[in-house]
Amino acid sequence: MKTSFKVLVLGFIIGVMFWGGFNWTLELTNTESFCISCHEMKENVYMEYQNTIHYNNRSGVRATCPDCHVPKEWLYKIKRKIQASNELYHKVLGTIDTPEKFEAKRLELALHEWQRMKSADSRECRNCHDEESMDYTKQGRRAIYAHSEEAKKTDKTCIDCHKGIAHSLPANWEQAAKDAGL
Amino acid sequence: MKKRFVPLSFLMLLLATTLTLYAEELQSLRGNTPLSEESMPAENKPWAKDSEPIARNYVQQPPLIPHLVEGYVVNIKFNKCMSCHSWTNYQQNRATKISQTHFKDRDGNDLATVSPRRYFCTQCHVPQVNAEALIENTFKPVEAVSQ
Ligand code: HEC
Ligand code: HEC
Ligand code: HEC
Ligand code: HEC
Ligand code: HEC
Ligand code: HEC
Repeated sequence: MKTSFKVLVLGFIIGVMFWGGFNWTLELTNTESFCISCHEMKENVYMEYQNTIHYNNRSGVRATCPDCHVPKEWLYKIKRKIQASNELYHKVLGTIDTPEKFEAKRLELALHEWQRMKSADSRECRNCHDEESMDYTKQGRRAIYAHSEEAKKTDKTCIDCHKGIAHSLPANWEQAAKDAGL
Repeated sequence: MKKRFVPLSFLMLLLATTLTLYAEELQSLRGNTPLSEESMPAENKPWAKDSEPIARNYVQQPPLIPHLVEGYVVNIKFNKCMSCHSWTNYQQNRATKISQTHFKDRDGNDLATVSPRRYFCTQCHVPQVNAEALIENTFKPVEAVSQ
């Protein structure tokens, strides 16, 4: 009785440690500095992102890489993290380790991202931009029309209209997105 | 020889002083701060908010941009302006369709895409700030051809 209790307690403690360690690793890999520790991420997409509103703006609130690319909800997050181990594999292969290789593969990567965002109804954007809290009357003339009429009429989600919000777009993106129904 | 030299140098001195005096009155847009010093930076004016198209002042004027263009990228692969102004996209965005003249090269041939000399839109089309004109302008269009 006593030993089995001890085992249970020990098991519990080890469990907590693993769980904590697991979540700790998750958090550690959920930072911008982790993302740009790979030059593939730093030299292309990070450079472009620095010129955009989510890096530098009047209010000083930033959206970092994982804010847009890694879901917040646990289950989706784990799913994305497992997918992301593919990046490690391609890192070893050197799939995009030069600017030329990156440019050549960029459209494909962008299409993955659009697909992911569209199928989740732009969940990551909505984590910060709550449609309900958007005061259309305070927006610009073009945004008012797009958000309150065009988006409602055509059932569009954020990423349908805001492609290239954080990075530069590849040359034939418009046709490719259309062909893929994105 | 010497006698001639005196009035000549006097004349030159006179010329030089009038020139310097004149130069001091001359004001460029950066004021009369010498080139070796930094002039006061101009007040930072915010860009004008989105509005209706701005009336044109004369025929063939590149229309002014009536909306914000901050952060709009135009590079070799991507032209943000075309995502709203191209012939395929203008209707959906309720934007003005890009002018047909922009598809002609300098020899008058019609191209399938925007002519390279029209690619960098903000070379000719400019966004606005609410500021006084730096230089007075009394231009009037010819009445017969102004709307
Ligand atoms: C180990 C180096 C490395 C790190 C760290 C890294 N990446 Fe990547 N990333 C890559 C490589 C290599 C690819 C290309 C994968 C391929 O070719 O399929 C890639 C592709 C991507 C893609 C395209 C995904 C797709 O489905 O095609 C996104 C988005 C991305 N990374 C975001 C991130 C974010 C966000 C982080 C930080 C949480 C991050 N990366 C950290 C190396 C890395
Ligand atoms: C971490 C929170 C966060 C996330 C995630 C986020 N944004 Fe933002 N976004 C902001 C903030 C904050 C601003 C406003 C900055 C300012 O104007 O001061 C902003 C501004 C914008 C703007 C205004 C641009 C302009 O020029 O005025 C657009 C458009 C936008 N976001 C779209 C998106 C889209 C699309 C996504 C999803 C891919 C997204 N955002 C994800 C926080 C976020
Ligand atoms: C039908 C297309 C469309 C959809 C869908 C759409 N937007 Fe926009 N959005 C626009 C346009 C057009 C503008 C104005 C042009 C610009 O800012 O470049 C704009 C502007 C914005 C701005 C800046 C507003 C301002 O005037 O300061 C924000 C923030 C923004 N969008 C966020 C979002 C978010 C978040 C979503 C998803 C909930 C979304 N948009 C969905 C087309 C769209
Ligand atoms: C505001 C949201 C947002 C932020 C912040 C953001 N991205 Fe992206 N990212 C996107 C979107 C949307 C795409 C899909 C392609 C596009 O529209 O530009 C994308 C595409 C990518 C791709 C695929 C290649 C490409 O250019 O399409 C990579 C890799 C990537 N992002 C990495 C990063 C990294 C690394 C950071 C941080 C330095 C980051 N992203 C920050 C929204 C964001
Ligand atoms: C998000 C869509 C969008 C983008 C991107 C955009 N515009 Fe516009 N633009 C419009 C709309 C819509 C109008 C018409 C204004 C209105 O009626 O609200 C317009 C009007 C104009 C006009 C005035 C046309 C006239 O008839 O007077 C010019 C010039 C112009 N834009 C130039 C540009 C340039 C240059 C860029 C790129 C730097 C650009 N636009 C990017 C939507 C856009
Ligand atoms: C070399 C100068 C120049 C450049 C560069 C240029 N434009 Fe124009 N644009 C003009 C002039 C001049 C007009 C008016 C006469 C005309 O239609 O040709 C005009 C007219 C327009 C109009 C109004 C058309 C109409 O039906 O009234 C739009 C929209 C426009 N330009 C968009 C653009 C866009 C988008 C770009 C970039 C891809 C661009 N322009 C680049 C000079 C230029």
